[in-house]
Amino acid sequence: MSIGQPVTRLDAEAKVTGRARYTEDLLPAGVLSAVYIRGSVAHGRVLDMDLSAALALPGVEAVFTHADVPRLLYAPAGHPFSLDPDHADVADRLLLTGHVRFHGDEIGVVVARDELTAQRAASLVAVSYEELPVLTDPREAMAEEAFAIHPGGNIVKQDGFSVGGDVDALLAQADVVVEGEYQTPVTQHCHMEPVVAHAYMEDMERITVVTSTQIPHICRRVVGQALGLDWSRVRIVKPYVGGGFGAKQDVLLEPMVAFLAWKLGRPVRMALTREESMITRTRHAMRIRGRAGFARDGRLLAMNMDAVSNTGAYASHGHSVVSAGGGKLCSMYPHAAVRFHAATVYTNLPIAGAMRGYGSPQIIFACECLLDEAAKALDMDPLDLRRINAGRPGDVNPRSGKPIETHGLADCLRLGRERFGWDERRAAAQITQAAPEIRRGVGVACFSFNSGVYPVGVEISGIRLTLNQDGCVTLQAGATEIGQGADTVFAQMAAAVLDLPVTSLRVVSTQDTDVTPFDPGAFASRQTYVVGPAVKAASLELRARILNHAALMTGYPASALDLKAGSLVATRQPARVFMSLKELALDAYYHKNRGGQLTAERSVKTRSNAPSFGCTFVEVEVDIPLCRVRVTDMLNVHDCGVVINPITAKGQAQGGMAMAIGWALYEELLVDPRSGRVRNNNLLDYKMPTFLDLPDLDVAFVQTAEPSGGFGNKSLGEPPLLSPAPAIRSAVWNATGVKADFIPLTPKALFPLFRDAGLLEGAR
Amino acid sequence: MLTLSCTINDRPHELTIDPRSSLLDLLRNQGLTSVKQGCGVGECGACTVLVDDTAVNACLYLAAWVHGKRIRTVEGEVRDGCLSPVQQAYVDAGAVQCGFCTPGLIMTTTAFVQSCREQGRDPEDITPEDIRRAHAGNLCRCTGYETIVQAVRQALEQPDPSKMDTESTAP
Amino acid sequence: MYAFESYHRPQSLTDAVALLAANPFARPMAGGTDILVRLREGHKDYADIVDIHGLPELEGMSADRGELRIGSGTTFAALMTSSLATRLAPMLIEAAGWVAGPQIRNTATIGGNICNGSACADSAAPLLVLNAHLDLIGPEGQRLIPLRGFHLGPGRVERRPGEILRSVRIKSEQDQGLGTAYVKYSMRQAMDIATIGCGAGVRLRDDQSNGIVDELRLAFTVAAPTPVRCPTAEAAARGLPLSQAVKAVAEALDQDVSPRTSWRAAGDFRMHIIRTLAERMIRTAAKRFASSAANHQEARTC
Repeated sequence: MSIGQPVTRLDAEAKVTGRARYTEDLLPAGVLSAVYIRGSVAHGRVLDMDLSAALALPGVEAVFTHADVPRLLYAPAGHPFSLDPDHADVADRLLLTGHVRFHGDEIGVVVARDELTAQRAASLVAVSYEELPVLTDPREAMAEEAFAIHPGGNIVKQDGFSVGGDVDALLAQADVVVEGEYQTPVTQHCHMEPVVAHAYMEDMERITVVTSTQIPHICRRVVGQALGLDWSRVRIVKPYVGGGFGAKQDVLLEPMVAFLAWKLGRPVRMALTREESMITRTRHAMRIRGRAGFARDGRLLAMNMDAVSNTGAYASHGHSVVSAGGGKLCSMYPHAAVRFHAATVYTNLPIAGAMRGYGSPQIIFACECLLDEAAKALDMDPLDLRRINAGRPGDVNPRSGKPIETHGLADCLRLGRERFGWDERRAAAQITQAAPEIRRGVGVACFSFNSGVYPVGVEISGIRLTLNQDGCVTLQAGATEIGQGADTVFAQMAAAVLDLPVTSLRVVSTQDTDVTPFDPGAFASRQTYVVGPAVKAASLELRARILNHAALMTGYPASALDLKAGSLVATRQPARVFMSLKELALDAYYHKNRGGQLTAERSVKTRSNAPSFGCTFVEVEVDIPLCRVRVTDMLNVHDCGVVINPITAKGQAQGGMAMAIGWALYEELLVDPRSGRVRNNNLLDYKMPTFLDLPDLDVAFVQTAEPSGGFGNKSLGEPPLLSPAPAIRSAVWNATGVKADFIPLTPKALFPLFRDAGLLEGAR
Repeated sequence: MLTLSCTINDRPHELTIDPRSSLLDLLRNQGLTSVKQGCGVGECGACTVLVDDTAVNACLYLAAWVHGKRIRTVEGEVRDGCLSPVQQAYVDAGAVQCGFCTPGLIMTTTAFVQSCREQGRDPEDITPEDIRRAHAGNLCRCTGYETIVQAVRQALEQPDPSKMDTESTAP
Repeated sequence: MYAFESYHRPQSLTDAVALLAANPFARPMAGGTDILVRLREGHKDYADIVDIHGLPELEGMSADRGELRIGSGTTFAALMTSSLATRLAPMLIEAAGWVAGPQIRNTATIGGNICNGSACADSAAPLLVLNAHLDLIGPEGQRLIPLRGFHLGPGRVERRPGEILRSVRIKSEQDQGLGTAYVKYSMRQAMDIATIGCGAGVRLRDDQSNGIVDELRLAFTVAAPTPVRCPTAEAAARGLPLSQAVKAVAEALDQDVSPRTSWRAAGDFRMHIIRTLAERMIRTAAKRFASSAANHQEARTC
């Protein structure tokens, strides 16, 4: 049984040898390089572009501007297509624009024989603008009189919900009501492979795009929409991907390289610089106001939350992000009434899109900060307060009205309390909390997440299995490997059902929309959950075909035969081996009168969405005079259902925790409010943590058995990022008595708080 | 154009290059696509290769400077069809995720392990802090670094291949 | 590919000086870790290159009667593994460890770190504290000048047209009778530029760490448009017991530094960090002075 085994990643050797090929390693001969001409104002209309110097530069093949591209507005968001026009993504993009909406917006493109020439030519294009008012703060952008960044105004959408009871009445009845206003920053994914793609044509009709994307099948549709082509005229190939974290759950360069290859009839590549990649997609900054009412015994009665989400210059994933975040509130503490309202607002910042957590980190930050306020007001241990409110199996999610079959949150808290040594650490930290220089503090926070997008969007997943001549089974999935280990767990699932060693599975890691089964791709922490049933169905089907062929070969009925450890055996006497799978396969392929290639392909729609849960325990050390916070110990405990692979599961958890520490303490994309220019779109000035900025990261699992998951499993990709930030903020409050209602808790941001609290007097 | 001679993964090369080329350009043009460009300015370490056994960022190093030098990339670390001890340690420790930073990290570790051996450092005296400091020029967004620290530790504890023969013949 | 306009690789220092003298726009490039970054950002000022990488005359370290000579082409990694430099200038080694990350330290040179004129150069504070001298060679010949005063403003140094820094010279710390300490305050513990860098050198009148300050040398990076020494604070500390000296320094520092507000950090925050680091580094340097004096004493009595 391969489920739950620490199976080595299937692609580990490809990657440690440097043989794994990524998009830029697959360039076709004769490929041209294209570079964007980017707007140098944050908001304005292009009045004139003088291309003469660029066109005169030797080696320049072509220059296109906003006047040359199809007048087709398209929506790049990596969502499954919706049959409901009211649910369609916001189509607000053109391939190139004459209305610059952020500093760096794409107004033209140069194609040249090499990148250096293209860059030089792009720098030679003189552009004149009619400058327009620059709006970087959503509050200004929301004002009635604000200049409209898009024709429909600056509010992309606003809506909300209220469930579980009368929030106002419950707040009025509560013994304790707490409130706060919380702010989170614009951050960036920093996938190590920049944004890259290339395209070519092999005939007059069809365009092939090779790209670093999380969503090949969505990408095909959006390229078709952006260019006005039938979708099957586009073929997307996704090789190994050097990280995405949501940035590549968006259609980025693909329509442009397809357009250029189409127009020029030659292969064209684009490889954004790190600086360009960092202004391509970001995480939404949010400002969230919340109120929560509690009974004296700690029960959360009602929570009201109002969020404003800054989506930047174009909608991309738009309102879905904050909306998805709000939706997660209802399963964590399901006994409370929840009212949630959110607005998503255009500003002249780079485009915010999907990023690991997808709105939930921000909303959970606010929610957990409110719980800490309450713990203080009620004089309770913040861990006990969460234990009291954590849902239990069978509780009903007040929003969906569906029971939560597996709810491991309380068990996560219990396990974490012990493993982390919460009570002992909390007591030990307290002793340091009057020291002038170095103080310690502890914090805890919880989260819940979903395991896909259903019922907001369709959940569809396709798997194809082929028995090879040598008895190995090739697995093709529409779901994508982007570093998280998806291919490996799919192989483990198939191996488990077919009772084969994992080494007998050959996973095709590349998705090619011409041949790969349909699946929208890697997002929403969905793949293990929604692909599981498809793998199971396809594996059972292949198993049945194998047994049927064995029946033809042996003369026994298929029901008397079984597939065990790679051999065909008698069901009642498993020790009696008829033949190996290889022998069966050779017969199926080459016998002149029977059999054929044995394959199974299943496309499965999932109509459930199990919430996953977990919590973070953290200890910090604060150097008060230096205003510096260091995370010294962190533990994440996850209920992700059955752990399919403990190595890759721990890897997901640690990576998410690391990214969360960055979000809580280090990272913010800084924008000059006047020019709208991003100041730190590089890996030196944007403070993504290095080896020396992170502690060892402890991970534990509470394994529930989720009945709706194909193998008892639930989501794990994004969840690890959700709870560390509020836990860190809480630990800093615990250590210093200073409560910050924002992240990141950088020294320069803590300095005024520490000074105003009198912590910096005398202590130096 | 400039002509230069160097060895790349133990094979001698005579090359004619544009003097504006970086070492990254040179190596990728030779088909060594393990050398990844993550930033182009020495801030991420994804393009780390060894020049005379010293780790450098190939993106921030002139191709012209490698005349007469020995270059190692991760492609050359596989010998006789076997992974190097460092490569194997990365596999075993679960230190690989998206894999884009992996070739550069493996070369940094390779240089680190080699220099620890040359200095005669006892692996037990090498702290996690030492390992982290020695790898701080390589960014990774997937792992949170801890599994990489474990991989480096495992690589340090492997027997030194250069000493294996002498030890086995010792009385 | 780097967008060089012109590129020359001289085979000798004399040729390098001649090439630089012939082209007033050309810059010498050694490790390239600064210039190649600027060039990629599109700065045309860095497009004409005289490549002095690996010139043998700029390599190597030597000591002559307690004076350490460091070839300007010496990388930070070479410095850190040099037993000579570690013995004679431990403060510089401490600072070298803060430079970027291992790969950059393997190529970036001390000469480049000084000559790029950056206010945040990691080597600047220790070299100022240690009263380093610079040996420059140019069309007019050789000259030896103190580092103090070499920095003129952001990106500007007192390097005359055609001149190349040949070596840095430092009298050994022991001969200077100092205990020293350096720390870089930055947002990350590696791969970062300093928010503030602080170096202190302390000599006490007796061997107690709480003794009287006989001499204080204090230097900062990023605390002013150039790396600076702190004459007012240094004078204020002289003759005071350590605990009073650090207070006097904190009050006098305003006269010596002028941290500016930028998007990276506010001026008042930087000033607070300057004061905090000054106290910590003076105390650490004094502790090291005392312990090395004690060791010295012990060695003599044995």
